[in-house]
Amino acid sequence: MMKFGSQLVLGAGALFALAVGAVVIATSERPPMESVQRGYRGTGMDQIYNPRFLAKTREANVVPVSMPKLPDVGPKAGQVYKNVQVLKDQSVGNFTRLMASMTNWVSPVQGCAYCHDVNDMASDKLYTKVVSRRMLQMVQHINADWKTHVVGTGVTCYTCHRGQPVPQNIWFKDPGPLQAKGYAQAPNGRNHPSTIAGYTALANDPFTPFLEEAKDVRVAATAALPGTTNTSIKQTYWTYALMFHLSGALGVNCTYCHDTRSFGDWSGSTPQRVTAWYGIRMARDLNVNYMDPMQNVFPPARLGPLGDAPKINCATCHQGVYKPLFGAQMAKDFPELQKVSQ
Amino acid sequence: MAMLSFEEKYRVRGGTLIGGDLFDFWVGPLYVGFFGVTTLFFASLGTLLIVWAAALGPTWNIWRINIAPPDLSYGLGFAPLAEGGLWQLITICAIGAFCSWALRQVEIARKLGMGLHVPFAFSFAILAYVVLVVVRPILLGAWGHGFPYGILSHLDWVSNTGYQYLHFHYNPAHMLAITFFFTNALALGMHGSLILSAANPRKGETVKSAEQENAYFRDAIGYSIGTLGIHRLGLFLAISASFWSAVCILISGPFWSRGWPEWWSWWLNLPIWAH
Repeated sequence: MMKFGSQLVLGAGALFALAVGAVVIATSERPPMESVQRGYRGTGMDQIYNPRFLAKTREANVVPVSMPKLPDVGPKAGQVYKNVQVLKDQSVGNFTRLMASMTNWVSPVQGCAYCHDVNDMASDKLYTKVVSRRMLQMVQHINADWKTHVVGTGVTCYTCHRGQPVPQNIWFKDPGPLQAKGYAQAPNGRNHPSTIAGYTALANDPFTPFLEEAKDVRVAATAALPGTTNTSIKQTYWTYALMFHLSGALGVNCTYCHDTRSFGDWSGSTPQRVTAWYGIRMARDLNVNYMDPMQNVFPPARLGPLGDAPKINCATCHQGVYKPLFGAQMAKDFPELQKVSQ
Repeated sequence: MAMLSFEEKYRVRGGTLIGGDLFDFWVGPLYVGFFGVTTLFFASLGTLLIVWAAALGPTWNIWRINIAPPDLSYGLGFAPLAEGGLWQLITICAIGAFCSWALRQVEIARKLGMGLHVPFAFSFAILAYVVLVVVRPILLGAWGHGFPYGILSHLDWVSNTGYQYLHFHYNPAHMLAITFFFTNALALGMHGSLILSAANPRKGETVKSAEQENAYFRDAIGYSIGTLGIHRLGLFLAISASFWSAVCILISGPFWSRGWPEWWSWWLNLPIWAH
């Protein structure tokens, strides 16, 4: 009996060790890694990249060749076509060029008919046409008014859409998993795996407070003494969830922007933190002024579980790269997207 | 310095690892030995290099002195002295001194006819250090991945290196290491309090025996590991803490480039969940 017992224990132990070994081997990466120094030597402000992953990311971020720009001559689109509201000052040739480009960028499979009633191209019958008009205005607004974030690189439809009618990375208000109410209520979507927060158990919807509402992202006290800040642990979880999202969206770690000795200290931060600061405000502006108001335009199937419009976060454009499409200068081929049409 | 009555019988010659009876003598109460000399050499040279490197820096504030490793661009090569080269030399001296000390412990153990428990335990601390400043930097391809020598600066490095993986508490080996460190502290706290109370009886009472100690813990928690057992347990907990902390930093970077929370997606992806 003793012998059988010890064999059982040994067998169970061996099985457990095998399971642990399998998980470890199946999950681990291997050297060599690539590293990029982001701060003074020895501060540990380094980005560590797996070159095998990086190769895939580069593959996924190839920019399509722009169609050649035509001379800006001849009649304007607004004179020739009906119901042209945003691009009416473009020549017919360049207007058509942009329409064809948009089809390649957004609905290459579905074609023109994804947005247009092919029997009446001017008709606003399809909601997709109304949405894309607003999106054109949004792209112009980003390129013209948010140079603090997009600088000279700018964005095009392709920055987010990448050949898909609905960009891969959008967000809705997340009510979290079904849970008890009242006193038994679980705390605000925490303690469940949150994919948007780097697979932590942090908050599962940090976007509503920060990328729609203008809640203060900063939670760290600015003075050493207790009682100088009223920030709660819960708020801190939200901030960290947003930051982990940002990190995943850009394919960087916290030290890309911060010297973590003091997250809030601007003098210890890298210049990229300024760009990110504007980026948060840009996403908020776009969600409040462009996405939310289209809630009535989208059909119910395109709305979130709480009936809200699809919205933008950092991953929508960045898609795992520190600069969308590795900073490719794509928007410069489309000057009509660079300024807000009157 | 006066010698204790029993000390003389432990001062036996021989048992050295190399050098025969070279340096096989005592200075006052201290055994010298070949490795005592090398320890002294590396420790003194290393300390002087630290002072030199500190003199090149902007401050003599003890908290803020920072001797940083080279830029990553130097890779695994030598850097100019003022740009991380001194860090490299200090690292060599530190390893030389630590290893010499361990080997001196071996020689003393051999003289005393002891097992090698002490140098064995100490070598785990050396292992953790060597993993941090040699093994991991080699695996990542640059000495610049070592930690800087400075009271505050090395803590900044720890913080930033942790945040390279978003949330270091999700590192499974870090979890084990922390658990062993805390358990080790608990065991040492329990053991120390027991010994202090047994050795300091009330006025008029005698020092308590091992039986009394066993009885106390059997009363308190239903089990006493015993006088020998607590030291075995302490050794196990202490070396496990060092071992797993070495593992947890070794795997961060060379064997995992993403956030540690993401590593646990194997658990989230097990086919046992409803959704």
